[in-house]
Amino acid sequence: MTPVLQAQNIVKHYGSVEALRGASFEVGQGEVVALIGDNGAGKSTLVKCLSGAEIPDSGTILLDGQPVTLDSPVTARRLGIETVYQDLAVAPDLDPAANLFLGREIRRKGLLGKFGVLDKAEMRRRAADEFTRLGVTLQSIDVPIGALSGGQRQSVAVARSVVWASKVVFMDEPTAALGVVQREKVLDVIKRVRDEGMAVVLISHNMPEVLSVSDRVEVLRLGRRVARFTAAEASLEDLVGAMTGALTQEDAA
Amino acid sequence: MTTLDGLPTAERRSLGARLLSANTFWIALVLLALIVVFSAIAPESFLTFFNFQQLFIETAVLLVIAVGMTFVIITGGIDLSVGSVLIFAGMISAKTMEWMSPGQDASNAGWGVITAGLVVAIAGGSLWGLINGLLVARANIPPLIVTLGTLGAALGVASLLNDGTNVRTVPLELRDSLGFGTLEGNIPNLVVVAVVITVIFGLVLHTTRFGRYTFAIGSNPEAARRAGIGVTRHLTNVYLLTGFLAGIAGFMSLAYFQSTTISGHTTDNLNAIAGVVMGGTSLFGGIGTILGTVIGVFIPAVLQKGFNIIGVQPYWQMIAVGAVLVAAVWFDQQRRRSQNKR
Ligand SMILES: Nc1ncnc2c1ncn2[C@@H]1O[C@H](COP(=O)(O)OP(=O)(O)O)[C@@H](O)[C@H]1O
Ligand SMILES: [Mg+2]
Repeated sequence: MTPVLQAQNIVKHYGSVEALRGASFEVGQGEVVALIGDNGAGKSTLVKCLSGAEIPDSGTILLDGQPVTLDSPVTARRLGIETVYQDLAVAPDLDPAANLFLGREIRRKGLLGKFGVLDKAEMRRRAADEFTRLGVTLQSIDVPIGALSGGQRQSVAVARSVVWASKVVFMDEPTAALGVVQREKVLDVIKRVRDEGMAVVLISHNMPEVLSVSDRVEVLRLGRRVARFTAAEASLEDLVGAMTGALTQEDAA
Repeated sequence: MTTLDGLPTAERRSLGARLLSANTFWIALVLLALIVVFSAIAPESFLTFFNFQQLFIETAVLLVIAVGMTFVIITGGIDLSVGSVLIFAGMISAKTMEWMSPGQDASNAGWGVITAGLVVAIAGGSLWGLINGLLVARANIPPLIVTLGTLGAALGVASLLNDGTNVRTVPLELRDSLGFGTLEGNIPNLVVVAVVITVIFGLVLHTTRFGRYTFAIGSNPEAARRAGIGVTRHLTNVYLLTGFLAGIAGFMSLAYFQSTTISGHTTDNLNAIAGVVMGGTSLFGGIGTILGTVIGVFIPAVLQKGFNIIGVQPYWQMIAVGAVLVAAVWFDQQRRRSQNKR
């Protein structure tokens, strides 16, 4: 089976910093792949390259086996790739519905819509439905999301990506700021969209979480893939060893 | 926050709760209080139709500028050039009307010439707005610097156009219609124009996608960019809009003063910014309302009129406005701090 999304030999420099040195990665339909690695290993950079937020210096990206150029987040989103960025990238002064529909606003029907008038009621209604479906609880739908707790903000960001994705969802540390209850909810959402056939890429530093929710694990170190595991067969020691360099697999890169 | 998890999602807050959390509500109370106090002290001279008519006329031009300024400040920017752009627009418009008139005397010019003058004023204002927008959005120069530059440049060009003096002739027809004309019931045309513009752009800001993107960019430009919003293009359009409105304001000012008022309007930029910020628009971007701006623009005007009528030295108005302005920004900062702590 060809992977939904495949990256080969991605190189990315930031000035003199070599964030990715020929990194490879792949994720298939209906699987959760955890992308792990030490701080600075290049996980966020790889996600940005695969979601159009950064353009790699070299390397190949294949979507359903076809080479694609992800020159902007818009392109990636049009191809069905959504991302929860580590810095969330939400607009704190807008309410949850406005954030959910940011860049995809629903306009009124008819002449008003031609003038760009928004159908706020419809967006609010649909947002409420989606939040309910995904188990996101907010005390009200019309406060700016900067006024919500960190966990709720993160839930909105997760919901936004899941609602719009059709092929791949990247989540860069989506559970980092969450309490136990909300963390479980996000993990539930991940499993649910995986079961619907989506490819989910999860970045996390929480190893028990990684082992419980993911089907496979890919390990980055110093900008390169150094190991790949099937989650069911991997142990905590394997993962930590691969991250620190104590364990290497020759065929992983 | 986890204790709230049991509640159903997606409740809207009650109208009262939303009202109390809006800066606009509090600043409206301040304006109302001022009006009540002055009315109580001097009922027969403050609370008159004539007084309020004058108040509205004198505020009309500033209001049009402040509406544009609201958009710019919501994006997290600033436009210091509006006063100069206003003068430039008035100057190029007046010169055009003179050039089109026999003997360079536009006094008796008809509607054809006046319409040409309007078009030129709007085009002139928009041009400076476009320059600001391109420099801010494309060249990534801080708006404070860009518009400080165009503040000087626009005034310089306007002065060059007529050797540093004011244009002598302005169409009488323009004065009698837009400048001093009134609708039924003594409503000044100048005020009608300002109200129409305010309502239109209030709707644009609060109901359209253009408005939504303005807030989004001010709130988090990176989030807007990743959401697929054309940030560069939108920012350019916002500065263009501000220049466009300064152009209209320039034409209104020309009609009202019958002069290009080269040495007036030097503090229009600061007055507009003060009005916008007092009205609850955040200098950090992402928050603001047109209604707030209307109220914020009226506070200094009411103070001035009121102090005038009750015989307080007008300098107190400057002090009072300064204090309210600083207080408004302080509140805004406190609000942001408490939000960032979560
Ligand atoms: N915008 C940037 N500018 C300069 N260096 C960067 C930038 N983003 C990441 N880096 C550098 O690239 C390397 C990889 O970072 P990152 O992808 O964020 O790692 P991770 O997410 O695995 O912790 C680090 O050395 C980091 O300092
Ligand atoms: Mg990271």
